[in-house]
Amino acid sequence: MNDQNTDVIQGTLDMLILKTLSLEPLHGFGIGRRVEQISRGVFKVNPGSLLTALQRLERAGWLDSEWRQTENSRRAKFYTLTRAGKKQLEIEAAEWIRRASAIARLLREGA
Amino acid sequence: MSLWRQLTYGLRGLARRANRSQETDEELRHYFEEATAAWRARGLSAEDAIRAARREFGSTAAIEEQVLSYGWENSVRTFFSDLHFAARQLRNHPGFAVIGILTLALGVGASTAIFSAINPILFKPLPYPNPGRILMIWSTNQGARSEVSFGTYYELAQRSHSFDTIAIFEPWQPTITGGSQPERLEGQSVSAGFFRVLGVSPVVGRDFLASENVFNGPKVVILSDKIWRRLFHSDPAILGRAIKLGDDNYTVVGIMSPDFEDVLAPSDEIWTPTQYDPEKMAGNFNSWEWGNHLRMIGRLNPGLSRTEGKDELTQIARSPWREFPRPRWASLQHGLIVDSLQDDIAHTVKPALLAVLGAVILVLAIAWVNVVNLVLARGSQRRGEFAVRGALGASKRRIIRQLITENLLLASFGGVAGIAVAIVTLRELVALSPAELPRRGAIAIDPATFFFAFAITAIIGIASGLIPAIHISREELQTGLQQNSRRSAGGGTATRRGLVVSEVALAFILLISAGLLLHSMRRLLAVEPGFDSSHLLTMQVVTSGHQFDNPASAPDIGDRTRRRFFEQALDAVRRLPGVEDAAFTSLLPLSDDPPVDALYGAQFEDQGADAGYNVFRYAVSPGYCQTMGIPLLSGRFLDERDTASAPQTALISESMAKSHFGSQNPLGKRLHVGPRDRPWYTVVGVVGDVKQTSLAINQADAVYLATEQTWFADDTLSFVIRARAQPAELAPAIERAIWSIDKNQPVVRVMTMDRMIAVTEAERGFVLILFEAFGIVALVLAAVGIYGLLSGNVTERAREIGVRAALGASRGDILALILRDGMRLTGLGIAVGLCGAIAATRAITTLLFGTSPLDPIAWVAVILMLAGVSAMACWAPAWRASRVDPSITLRAE
Repeated sequence: MNDQNTDVIQGTLDMLILKTLSLEPLHGFGIGRRVEQISRGVFKVNPGSLLTALQRLERAGWLDSEWRQTENSRRAKFYTLTRAGKKQLEIEAAEWIRRASAIARLLREGA
Repeated sequence: MSLWRQLTYGLRGLARRANRSQETDEELRHYFEEATAAWRARGLSAEDAIRAARREFGSTAAIEEQVLSYGWENSVRTFFSDLHFAARQLRNHPGFAVIGILTLALGVGASTAIFSAINPILFKPLPYPNPGRILMIWSTNQGARSEVSFGTYYELAQRSHSFDTIAIFEPWQPTITGGSQPERLEGQSVSAGFFRVLGVSPVVGRDFLASENVFNGPKVVILSDKIWRRLFHSDPAILGRAIKLGDDNYTVVGIMSPDFEDVLAPSDEIWTPTQYDPEKMAGNFNSWEWGNHLRMIGRLNPGLSRTEGKDELTQIARSPWREFPRPRWASLQHGLIVDSLQDDIAHTVKPALLAVLGAVILVLAIAWVNVVNLVLARGSQRRGEFAVRGALGASKRRIIRQLITENLLLASFGGVAGIAVAIVTLRELVALSPAELPRRGAIAIDPATFFFAFAITAIIGIASGLIPAIHISREELQTGLQQNSRRSAGGGTATRRGLVVSEVALAFILLISAGLLLHSMRRLLAVEPGFDSSHLLTMQVVTSGHQFDNPASAPDIGDRTRRRFFEQALDAVRRLPGVEDAAFTSLLPLSDDPPVDALYGAQFEDQGADAGYNVFRYAVSPGYCQTMGIPLLSGRFLDERDTASAPQTALISESMAKSHFGSQNPLGKRLHVGPRDRPWYTVVGVVGDVKQTSLAINQADAVYLATEQTWFADDTLSFVIRARAQPAELAPAIERAIWSIDKNQPVVRVMTMDRMIAVTEAERGFVLILFEAFGIVALVLAAVGIYGLLSGNVTERAREIGVRAALGASRGDILALILRDGMRLTGLGIAVGLCGAIAATRAITTLLFGTSPLDPIAWVAVILMLAGVSAMACWAPAWRASRVDPSITLRAE
């Protein structure tokens, strides 16, 4: 395991989940794995936080879920992004980029 | 959308907890399998892959718990499990539960019952539209409210512009004949705008017309729903028909709704228009139109404040106009008293009601303190349990929440039981309450009552849960786990001692108030009324019918008929066996006869024409003073010589003689009573003073005239009969004797004089009974508190007591030790209570009679009683302590 793994920054987990699901419906483990892979192991997802976050997002109306067969014919709960979820992702992504670039600018200026 | 999802998902989770748990379980297992598979894909063996996944995950149970605890439904579930636990706690400690619930039931029940009795009088709006706009308007006599005359009403109604309507009303008691016995009805004679002022109108038929409200206008009545049902069997055809009242036919023009409540005269069932004649007012102040015997109400115009209405009336009172001449007794020179109707009907009983409310709040406080005490005592037993729960990871918040849930449950049981107590006692309370209590009919258990009971229950539940909770959070939860904790005095003890002290203090305040009221009542009933009330039976005889009319052709023929009827009736009564003596009077002292009808201006010959003051006019049969036992101080009594044709004579009361003549001899002096255009009355005797309207009030000026010599014949007289034996047993024979003269004249208010006096003082009696009941409850609760604290104390200190005994303390020493401890608390409680009691007794000063708020007898008696009762409460635990066997206690360690 990579020692440089970090817990997902509080509050960004929701956005990462929404982003991951915007590509295709996935089950819980798939989401966690995808987040780790894409972040090249920078973010490590704790299953407890992930599953709780999925419940929260589902109740907020941003995700739907259903039980389906996986390719290796196991039953798994797959999550799909809803239209409201897509809109929410756009909002959160835009907000994130705005902040990140502001921080980046600050860091550049400082240096 | 999302709110909807929150709700449905939550409810689904709540309803199918197992489903959700299973689903989460499955999802987690899948997650775990995928993770294991991923590790295998990296080349680990099956076993190593599982181990790696486990290491990565941590405890699956913890994860599941984390996931499942998401959602609002979980706090609901926690609440139910707390409730379940609380119920089990109560079931497992029935003694604690029963005492707690009973105490609360008593406190909540008493305060709820009192609240529902007081609510309609003081707080609930009157049952009329915009009740705040209805004002009561009184004249002022010696700073107090006084009735007005038709003339005053006439002037105010013409000159005022602030009011939509002003109306007058006075009692009217017609006799309805035709049944098996003549019946006197309670009613009111009102001006046409009366119902309009109240904002109501008959539900069937119509209101009075202005054309009926005039001199010699048509005779019409409006009926209450109750009388319509009772006497006319709800017959709708009664409308427009005539009913016979006395000898006259009155056309029924309307029937009030069953909901209509006449707060001005709650027992009234029938209304007729007043028919005064404004023509008779000018220049003749002796006319009926100038008698101060009317009450007046007005409805303010919308948009005007009460102050504006009041200011306008005051302005009118201050500035007489020439076209509205006023006699001396209606000069309005002392202004008018204007008050909202609600405040006005409450004003006489307000001090008593507030005192009772204060008392019941004290009872509630004592009940609450007792429950907190119980809970704290339980808390110290439960410290071990809380410590274990704390050690297992329960947060303080979680434990406090549990405690509050438990106390809320206890309080809810107490509250429900309390409402039951209130429902049962309220009926008794109403039955016990004095008849003059305003809005008695509106006293009921209603939503406001439930809200009140619910609110105090919730407050008590939360407050009694918080106090032990504070203790828990202040202590280290862990200390409970330490072995020796059970031996040391519990952390709650100081608080509990404080609570017991406050209980004693509160009980002391209540008992002092009750003691002072009791003392006043004794003093009051010991007051000499000025006559001998024993063996005295009284009844009112009413005359009605055309035979008593005074036609213009023979202006006194009716009066003569009336006097003859009364005299014949009196003779018939006197002849009955068992009757020692009998007489009649126009005004019966200490009865509910309206005093205003008997008050007349008197003027002695040596005073100026403008002088005059109010005296009670008694029109009596010769022999009245002898029958009543009113002593003759000088001169002679009235007797058979004082007939219509003889010179006019009068008896005056002692204080009237003293205040006017001092040491001079009043005999032979002359005075006017009532109209000044008649011959003078000559004083022939001075008789003792009599209490007239209440034992508590000295209004001693009275003039006694022979009925034959007064200027009008009263239509209603009270008969007083002195019996040789039991007076009440004579009543039927007396009624028959009176009806043998004329069977159409009602006989009402048949009562012994002693009973009459008790009824007159009913309001004081009522307040006294309540305070006595509350005082006893407070005393018992305080004793229970002391007993509970000391018992717990003795158990906790068993080891210490054992050591003392082992070291040579005698049983007496130990007995004294515990007793001293308990009595110190009592003493402290009394000391604290002293300040409160001084304030409280000041507040009830107006209810006291002949008793100082600092009356030493009451204070000493109450202190002794409280000390005695608490000594008894201390005795049992102290005795138990003295029996502690040191060898057993010490070995138990």
